[in-house]
Amino acid sequence: MLGNWLYIGIFALVALMMPALTIFIAGILSPKRPDPIKNSTYECGVETVGPNWTQIKIQYYVFALVFLIFDVEAVLLFPWAVAYQLLPLYAIIEGVLFLLILVVGFLYAWRKGALEWF
Amino acid sequence: MDFLRDPFGFVIQEYTGWLGGLGLPAVWVDIIAKLTGALVLATGAMLFVVFLIWYERKLIGRIQDRFGPNRVGPWGIFQPVADMLKIFTKEYITPIGADKFAYNLAPILAVAAVLLLWSVLPLSVTVVGTDLNVGLLFLVAVGGLGEMSYILAGWGSNNKYALLGAFRLVAQLISYEVPLVLSALVPVMLAGTLSVNGIVQAQESVWFIVAAPAAALIFFIASIAEIGRSPFDLIEAESELVAGYNIEYSGLKFGMFFVAEFLHAFTVSMIFATVFLGGWQGPGAAEIPVLGFVYLMLKTFVVYFVTILFRGTLPRFRIDQMMNLNWKVLTPLSLALIMAMAIVGGLTRELPVFWQVIAFLLVNLLLLGATDQLMRLSQSRKTKSNLPMQPLRKVLTTSTKHGAGE
Repeated sequence: MLGNWLYIGIFALVALMMPALTIFIAGILSPKRPDPIKNSTYECGVETVGPNWTQIKIQYYVFALVFLIFDVEAVLLFPWAVAYQLLPLYAIIEGVLFLLILVVGFLYAWRKGALEWF
Repeated sequence: MDFLRDPFGFVIQEYTGWLGGLGLPAVWVDIIAKLTGALVLATGAMLFVVFLIWYERKLIGRIQDRFGPNRVGPWGIFQPVADMLKIFTKEYITPIGADKFAYNLAPILAVAAVLLLWSVLPLSVTVVGTDLNVGLLFLVAVGGLGEMSYILAGWGSNNKYALLGAFRLVAQLISYEVPLVLSALVPVMLAGTLSVNGIVQAQESVWFIVAAPAAALIFFIASIAEIGRSPFDLIEAESELVAGYNIEYSGLKFGMFFVAEFLHAFTVSMIFATVFLGGWQGPGAAEIPVLGFVYLMLKTFVVYFVTILFRGTLPRFRIDQMMNLNWKVLTPLSLALIMAMAIVGGLTRELPVFWQVIAFLLVNLLLLGATDQLMRLSQSRKTKSNLPMQPLRKVLTTSTKHGAGE
């Protein structure tokens, strides 16, 4: 098992090194002639007004919260799904009940308008 | 003969045998063998992108009644090579005030996240990068790592368009991850394992797309959204955001985002082919491993073809439509699907496989039909009551009337 993760680790290093190396080599080959106009922030030829790191719309935050619930749920459901073939019927019903509780929460979020984009 | 039946496996065996004969400690032999495997696989994947770009441009060209690239080499096959050479010598322009670390890390992370997916995909019976026992979870998790790179790119660029693009992208990607993960539960339930190779082996008698077409459809739509392709390309909507998160990038840093995108599109097709279309399974694949590789590639290219067909024919969603499709159609459908599949599977456990598959298929088709009916119902209700967007002609005529009256 550890050998598998060793491979993943080596692969991750290789996967990181490869684009990094290519970008580095291209950086050596390519010309470097910066000037203030060229390096200015692009905004259709107009100078930018105000800070560029603007505030984030609250809507995104609400969706992120709903996403978080489902992601945690998925982590809890995966072991259940793996063992599914071996489970007796009452354990399957229990999994379905767990999902139903989540569905109630989901419907609540829906009714509250958390899923509306405006 | 052994070589012809399984060239990859043969080479791997010869190579590890040769390494073992050098008299190095066993740990180092292991590490070097794994390093070589990773290098070959990653390089192969990166070079394969050249072909993918040509394939896609040619196909999109045909859809739009053009020739596509046809100047450099036979059928224009060397066009991406020429483009790559050109982009290699282009200057890097870093905008003033950019967050240098995030800005430079983003393109590297984008490619790395996609390449890492290849490490657990079984290419044939004998050639598996590594057979993790949590393989499918790994695929989902690493697929999510790519999102980070887009946030870094959008945030690091110090540009309003890039930031807006990154916001949209994150909203889209995390939203579509929900149905993606939930629909991936169905093959796990059917196979009883998370290992990708185990899922492929479980599809020996019947492909999961036959047993669970609804799950396959949800998985496919969510995958297209995950790679940010049209019709889900709001993240780089040219007419609204100019280019989205990659607006301030130039030269090969820009090129790396494209490499990541094309490779991700192909990898996602491969994951779909592995999880729902039986991977390397096919007549004679277990005895002659190289056939398994051919089958996998054929299936992957069929899925990839459909992806490009989507891109070439469908218009872009509006952001609220995109969110509604995910949260109000795909997510409830996948939740209902898991519950229905679990109960039906539990009740039909004693039956032979054939009848079980028929029961699964019926449940899937029933749910798909119900979803279709509900969508039609809500659509007709929406058109009856106040439209979110009135037809332009109506708006114009009423406003001119007002103007004339005053």
